[in-house]
Amino acid sequence: MDSSPHDHGADGTGGAPPAAHRSEVTLSVNGKPHTLLIDHRRVLLDLLREDLDLTGAKKGCDHGQCGACTVLVDGRRVNSCLQLAVSLDGREVLTVEGLADGDRLHPLQRAFLDRDAFQCGYCTPGQLCSAVGVLAEAAAGHPSHVTGPAAPPGRPVALDAAEIRERLSGNLCRCGAYPHIVEAVRDVAP
Amino acid sequence: MKPFGYLRAATVEEAARALAEHPDARCLGGGTNLVDLMKLGVERPGLLVEVNRLPLDTVEELPDGSLRVGATVRNSDLAAHPLVRDRYPALSQALLAGASGQLRNAATTGGNLLQRTRCPYFQDVSKPCNKRTPGSGCGARVGTHRDHAVLGHSDHCIATHPSDMAVALAALDARVELHGTEGARSVPAAEFHRLPGDHPERDTEIRPGELVTGVVLPAATASLPSAYRKARDRASYAFALASVAAVLNLSDEGTVARVGLAFGALAHRPWRATRAEEALRGGPATPDAFAHAVDLELRAARPLRDNGYKVELARGLALDVLTRLAGPTRT
Ligand SMILES: Cc1cc2nc3c(=O)[nH]c(=O)nc-3n(C[C@H](O)[C@H](O)[C@H](O)COP(=O)(O)OP(=O)(O)OC[C@H]3O[C@@H](n4cnc5c(N)ncnc54)[C@H](O)[C@@H]3O)c2cc1C
Ligand code: SF4
Ligand code: FES
Ligand code: FES
Repeated sequence: MDSSPHDHGADGTGGAPPAAHRSEVTLSVNGKPHTLLIDHRRVLLDLLREDLDLTGAKKGCDHGQCGACTVLVDGRRVNSCLQLAVSLDGREVLTVEGLADGDRLHPLQRAFLDRDAFQCGYCTPGQLCSAVGVLAEAAAGHPSHVTGPAAPPGRPVALDAAEIRERLSGNLCRCGAYPHIVEAVRDVAP
Repeated sequence: MKPFGYLRAATVEEAARALAEHPDARCLGGGTNLVDLMKLGVERPGLLVEVNRLPLDTVEELPDGSLRVGATVRNSDLAAHPLVRDRYPALSQALLAGASGQLRNAATTGGNLLQRTRCPYFQDVSKPCNKRTPGSGCGARVGTHRDHAVLGHSDHCIATHPSDMAVALAALDARVELHGTEGARSVPAAEFHRLPGDHPERDTEIRPGELVTGVVLPAATASLPSAYRKARDRASYAFALASVAAVLNLSDEGTVARVGLAFGALAHRPWRATRAEEALRGGPATPDAFAHAVDLELRAARPLRDNGYKVELARGLALDVLTRLAGPTRT
């Protein structure tokens, strides 16, 4: 047997009748803890926008195809339109609203302004959260499709334009602001 | 979306029991395919069994040198794992060629294997589809099928399996580990997915009440050359039109000592090219030999009205990958 014995059961809904369609979930959003009774069908994107009034994350496609809904969960970027809120018990969510430190913009937000990296701005919150994730992934040595085979595993990956384009390919921009987005991320990349 | 119950399974046994007791239950991994299909009304589970908190989130080397990948290891973490990059580059490359950074952060090994076809008729509940609604017909056969199968399809279904990862696992001789109320078993990755035949509603050999607990890669050293190459409509964030995973080891004399070759996006399952492999084994590793072997395999292709291009595309990819593996990376 490849699993621990039946000594679990302290947390979660493990004991609740499966017929129940709602569960209590505790998660933190931009540093603030929330305990909510959540309809199992609620996805994180709708929870943020409809229940918590955080409308930064955008609904572009609702099917994982555009990246406009990108947020960070436990520091990793994900598409919030495909994350069931009930599955995030105990997790920490960071949205575009939580990137700035008071009035001090996140370096990526500053760079997007400096580089004029948007037109309508609809994709921008997703691009920013995705870029935060990209910087962390590259620093942790995560390769991408364009990383050469010679790059040593586990060492930080340098982010040139090709790396940034590939790593941000999950974020579409209908306005075609891509060249400036790549420049903005390059400005901040080490 | 239909209301459903939710179980955060704490042990594999608890998950298997819930799956066995509730025929309309589904495992929830990263949710990147299942939640999408639930929004579309294609999947209508009565119960979700979350597997993410099971102790299946590690990659470990076993005493015999093989590598065990837990079912909930995320695609991004698996692609970045030093041992995977070192010993099974085809697997790392296949994962990184799939989806997007965000999706790979959520997607799990088990969910990737069990993801459903991207056939647009399957995803549209207003269209006929034998896979979604057995007996309703196949919308794609008479309709749009440029992305569909050229090998192993049936009158009932011409869908392809969309996973890049599964193609690499098939070429690498990996095994899929399953656990049900009857106990544990494992099947070769190349035989885990099925051909559609008369039962296109069944994608894989998984039995009711079973879950995937992991994948085991056979022992390999850093010098076993393998590679993955994928052709798609855009440079990134698109499913394969055709893809190839290959493992090739040459003897000291330069003949083929070990070869594994699998095609993606050509069939209802990763297509292990056993005929080509047989033709190559023990023979010369030359472009002519590769072309002969790949043609032998692709002779079985039966393209549809609008997807004949896939045969030529797959041939080109296979020759490129085999030639590169036989070349400078030779040890
Ligand atoms: C826009 C987009 C682009 C994509 N592009 C690609 C691509 O180019 N290449 C590619 O390969 N993939 C691609 N994908 C698909 C993606 O790889 C899959 O959605 C993902 O791998 C599924 O993993 P998951 O953990 O999220 O699965 P889930 O959505 O959680 O589950 C998928 C299925 O597997 C079952 N399941 C999950 N875990 C288990 C388990 N342990 N045992 C038994 N059953 C289980 C579920 O019940 C469900 O039926 C893309 C997806 C999207 C949305
Ligand atoms: S190809 Fe298969 S999945 Fe697509 S419509 Fe036909 S039966 Fe359904
Ligand atoms: S809204 Fe989530 S990816 Fe488009
Ligand atoms: S700035 Fe308009 S979609 Fe990107």
